Amino acid sequence: MPETIIEIRNLSVWYGNFHAIRDVTLPIYRNAITAIIGPSGCGKSTLLRSLNRMNELIPGVQTTGEVLYQGQNIYAPGVDPVSVRRRIGMVFQKPNPFPKSIYENIAWGVRINGFRGSKAELDAVVENALRQAALWDEVKHKLHESGFSLSGGQQQRLCIARTIALRPEVILMDEPASALDPIATLRIEELMQALKKDFTIVVVTHNMQQAARVSDYTAMMMLVEETRTGTVIEFGETQKIFTHPSDKRTEDYVTGRFG
Amino acid sequence: MTSLIHDLPARKARSTDTFVRGVLFIVSLISILTTIGIVFVLLQETLYFFSEVSLAQFFLDTRWTPLFVSRRFGIWPLVNGTLLVSFIALLVALPLGLLAAIFMSEYASPGVRGWLKPTLEILAGIPTVVYGYFALNFVTPWLQKIFPQTQIFNALSAGLVMGFMILPLVASLSEDAIASVPYSLREAAYSLGATRWETVTQVLIPAAFSGITAAFILAFSRAVGETMIVAIAAGQQPKLTLNVLESIETMTAYIVQVSLGDTPQQSLAFRTIFAVGMMLFLMTLIMNLLSYYIARRVREVYQ
Repeated sequence: MPETIIEIRNLSVWYGNFHAIRDVTLPIYRNAITAIIGPSGCGKSTLLRSLNRMNELIPGVQTTGEVLYQGQNIYAPGVDPVSVRRRIGMVFQKPNPFPKSIYENIAWGVRINGFRGSKAELDAVVENALRQAALWDEVKHKLHESGFSLSGGQQQRLCIARTIALRPEVILMDEPASALDPIATLRIEELMQALKKDFTIVVVTHNMQQAARVSDYTAMMMLVEETRTGTVIEFGETQKIFTHPSDKRTEDYVTGRFG
Repeated sequence: MTSLIHDLPARKARSTDTFVRGVLFIVSLISILTTIGIVFVLLQETLYFFSEVSLAQFFLDTRWTPLFVSRRFGIWPLVNGTLLVSFIALLVALPLGLLAAIFMSEYASPGVRGWLKPTLEILAGIPTVVYGYFALNFVTPWLQKIFPQTQIFNALSAGLVMGFMILPLVASLSEDAIASVPYSLREAAYSLGATRWETVTQVLIPAAFSGITAAFILAFSRAVGETMIVAIAAGQQPKLTLNVLESIETMTAYIVQVSLGDTPQQSLAFRTIFAVGMMLFLMTLIMNLLSYYIARRVREVYQ
């Protein structure tokens, strides 16, 4: 049995009066890639953003239930969301590098998280992160140029590098390749495979093939008919979800009959 | 397709369009012509002035006494007074305005922002003559309690009050600049474990830097051109001093003094106000252009 790093228990999220997701109970396994799939608007991103309390930046959001990260509820009173996000990083749909140099894009996050080493040590941290994100060879000669000078796919790998430079244990990815071309997408997928040795990845994707290609586990989300509230209807090993789903709705979705 | 377009009842629509366009063109032409007219008159009178007073005297002399028997035409005492009051105003308005902008944009709940911004804008709507008498009758006596040597008319009182007058401008424009930084950059910062303050000071303000600078320059230009407060509270003694507790005179206050006084219209003394006005016009024009140029650059970055 794989080791559980995050345990989601009866999680519900409201935006004002709108009940976005309800009663989600789901394990996230260590050093594996878990894909969250489902039709548009079913709360995939909401679920993902609840796992590092990014949702709280939206005014009027309310969360109940528990997200146990290594046994500790990140929603317990007294838990600082800032420290949660340092351990559980995030990569977004659209690459969002800072308007700083490539080097500073990575060094900034390291510094604000209390790095007190020498310049040479920081250089090493930056280089390692870029190497691990498979970007080093493309940018090593222009570390002090703007992050905006890179292509979309390179920018997204820069954002991944910036996240892994903090050595988080979990990386949340919200449709990380949906704004990229097929070749850049492939590179991100290869990168995800390489990263799961060291990190746990949770990825939201619209792309069924991508979920089937990269993930080890898949959670299928749906809007429950009567209330239009999203929830997880099936969870299991990706291979089983895509070949022998136990829920009829999952089968219809993964075979492309709707969604 | 071609026949479809020709079948449309196009003629009526087109003539209405032509009419509206014509009216709009004339209206915009009027505002441009007015500006050109003002600049022309200003230029003409300035040229008359400089046919009698040399540019060298205007820019090199250190005394401004055109209304005295021993006439001297050195602009610097007036420029000094203007800049002195403006800098005091900026010392008040820049930090407070920027902090107010940060609070409104990043810390305030939508409810608080909902009443705070309109309230600040009401502050901007107070007639400047009210600020002027507030400076003279309230701030100056209060300053005199702290610094007994403070003169009735002084640069500090006018500058402080002017700072509060331009505060809404700084706050509002800086808030616009900070709020226009894409939300995705905030997400990026927060997802890396940044606190709100780190996000504001190290990501949002650098990203909004051009917009904030443009706001500062515009506020400075507004301070330089401000008239009522300084005419009422800062005095009528052009001098080259950095002592903020003394009476000084700004360029705008000088123009008021001469145009309301009994100086004959065709005299050289009267023409000085056009030369001073031209100087003022050039200063604010340069700053507004600078602010426009800087603000445009920030938009290009995020498109």
